[in-house]
Amino acid sequence: MKKLESSLKNMALALTGFSVVAGAILGWVNKVTAEPIAQANAKTLSDAIAVVVPGFDNNPAEAPETIDVDGVSYKIYKATKGGEFIGAAVESSSMGFGGELKVLVGFDVEGNIIDYSLLSHAETPGLGSKAADWFKKGAKGDITGKNPGEAPLVVSKDGGQIDAITASTITTRAFLAAVNSAYGAYKNQHVDGTSGATQQAAAEEKTENVENK
Amino acid sequence: MANKLIVSLSPHVHSGDSVQKNMYGVIIALIPALLVSFYMFGLGAVIVTLTSVAACLFFEWAITKFILKRERTTILDGSAALTGLLLAFNLPSNLPLWIIIIGALVAIGIGKMTFGGLGCNPFNPALVGRIFLLISFPVQMTSWPVAGQLTAYTDAETAATPLALMKMAVNGDAAALEQLPSTMDLFLGNNPGCIGEISALALLLGLVYMLWKKIITWHIPVSIIATVFVFATLLNLVDPAKYADGLTHLFTGGLMLGAIFMATDYVTSPMNHKGMIIYGIAIGFLTVLIRTFGAYPEGMSFAIFIMNAFTPLINTYCKPKRFGEVVKK
Amino acid sequence: MNNFKVLMNGIVKENPTFVLLLGMCPTLGTTSSAINGMGMGLATMFVLICSNIVISSIKKLVPDMVRIPIFIVVIASFVTVLQMVMQAYVPALYATLGLFIPLIVVNCILLGRAEAFAAKNNPIASLFDGLGMGLGFTIALTLLGAVREFLGTGKIFNIAIMPEEYGMLIFVLAPGAFIVLGYLIAIVNRLKKA
Repeated sequence: MKKLESSLKNMALALTGFSVVAGAILGWVNKVTAEPIAQANAKTLSDAIAVVVPGFDNNPAEAPETIDVDGVSYKIYKATKGGEFIGAAVESSSMGFGGELKVLVGFDVEGNIIDYSLLSHAETPGLGSKAADWFKKGAKGDITGKNPGEAPLVVSKDGGQIDAITASTITTRAFLAAVNSAYGAYKNQHVDGTSGATQQAAAEEKTENVENK
Repeated sequence: MANKLIVSLSPHVHSGDSVQKNMYGVIIALIPALLVSFYMFGLGAVIVTLTSVAACLFFEWAITKFILKRERTTILDGSAALTGLLLAFNLPSNLPLWIIIIGALVAIGIGKMTFGGLGCNPFNPALVGRIFLLISFPVQMTSWPVAGQLTAYTDAETAATPLALMKMAVNGDAAALEQLPSTMDLFLGNNPGCIGEISALALLLGLVYMLWKKIITWHIPVSIIATVFVFATLLNLVDPAKYADGLTHLFTGGLMLGAIFMATDYVTSPMNHKGMIIYGIAIGFLTVLIRTFGAYPEGMSFAIFIMNAFTPLINTYCKPKRFGEVVKK
Repeated sequence: MNNFKVLMNGIVKENPTFVLLLGMCPTLGTTSSAINGMGMGLATMFVLICSNIVISSIKKLVPDMVRIPIFIVVIASFVTVLQMVMQAYVPALYATLGLFIPLIVVNCILLGRAEAFAAKNNPIASLFDGLGMGLGFTIALTLLGAVREFLGTGKIFNIAIMPEEYGMLIFVLAPGAFIVLGYLIAIVNRLKKA
């Protein structure tokens, strides 16, 4: 077969032909993979939630609640097991050293921190970026099991109980502020009885005191 | 020999300048700052400085001998010793030995010898070493010992530098600026920081010496210092609670060290006065920009580094007019 | 030129990374660890082989004046297929390489090989060329990734070799990619001379 000449007709035909074939193939692949992709995406979020609030059997990623506290909105993913509320993952953010710091914090029913996950940040690599693991269970700045309602989390340098990331006190402060405000949003959402609201107010007051130091 | 007629091509008059003479001149100019650092940081500063200089000399010798296989060693021309000294000046005095040695290897190996040795390096070798270490070991490189612990080395107590406090202010910590040491302390050198950068006074003495000996001209240091002062003052006028004032910027961090000793490196700075001023203004502007809005607290080294890369371009556009050339109209 | 020679040509003599310096964007961007480099190399190899075969089979049907758009359509289709498949079945790898997968379309290796080889040779030889170039690219990226991972974190393929605190962070970040690539090219040139 001879190579096609570059006449207008041939070019138009070739371009159209190849585009149609390519389009058809892509359409078919898209149809086949649409379902698995949607599942994979949903799984990524629910995996992230499962890390911070393990043991649920509903799908918290499905219907997040958005609530506003002091003009800042927080996303709350509620986890239930057998219909009973077991905790929630709260998305919260604050300004770190390099920019916005976003965390997902998991609380159990009493408001104890189960675990957290650093969603996004712009901290200095090797310094502030260590926040991803620094506050995990067993690490130096362990915050798991602590309850920001009893005492807001504060860096030890500022008179608190959490060890700051080496040479990154600012990031640590920002991180803890995000966790504390996540707790605020969480408590606002689930005022357990009458004492909840007062506890919350007390906690906020304490935070403010510490900040003023 | 003396009564032999020597016939050679012009030029016949030599000013007596040589690489050695200039390099050792710069080293002499660094002595006041070195003495201040010994006085402030004691043992740590001595260990870091000696290690850095010795490691730089060793790598210079080893690389020329075993990798480049050159006949003549350049170890005594003073450039490696100067690189080592400047590198040490850019390090905190509690840095472990192995990190200093890596820094010296990077400064001499990557920063200088890879490109062919002195005169061929596009970037200031000491800065290459410092930035490499700063990015690689951010924890060790940003834990500054408090001045006055004369016998401590790696166990020295550390504190936040004025620059870190300034960064906190930009991020909304209203009280941070008040914790800054007084301008006088900053000027004399009583504050945490790298070995050689703490005392603006000692560095300015070095500048005066180098200007007097005509080792450098005033253009680069003055244009950097003026730009930083003006730009920082403008920011300060916009929001005094967030942005530190111009004088504080001038006397903190590596600004004086950078403006006087790092940016003026012969090989990596522009060749004529107009180019030098453009180069200096750009460095000053970038420094304040990075200090205020960047991810690292200190921007001086990055700013000089960026402008080192622009030096060939500046040289291309700021050529002096050839003698006898007619100006085009 | 027999097929074995074509294969080795891509791996050694005309290695796309170390000799031709093609596809620098994924080379520098994705090689922060050995496994990432290998993933990127294999993904590129898959697209390269498929597009080489298809382009050499259809070369008679492609009028010269519109060959570039048609080659790009073919390459882009395979890349999109790859992207959707990866997103669906290996989301973890996709999350790391995500941004760089669509960029395979503009990777000069692909269009370069389509123009320089596939459009002039038969599908079998083109397959070997794609395989050779792809392997050369994969080996180079894996090597670069392994060196960076080792110097940066003290591990290779996530296996600890030296304590992590001696790792030089710069090698995991962008500047390290340039430094390591430069020295690897220098070493390759030195070895080729010898």
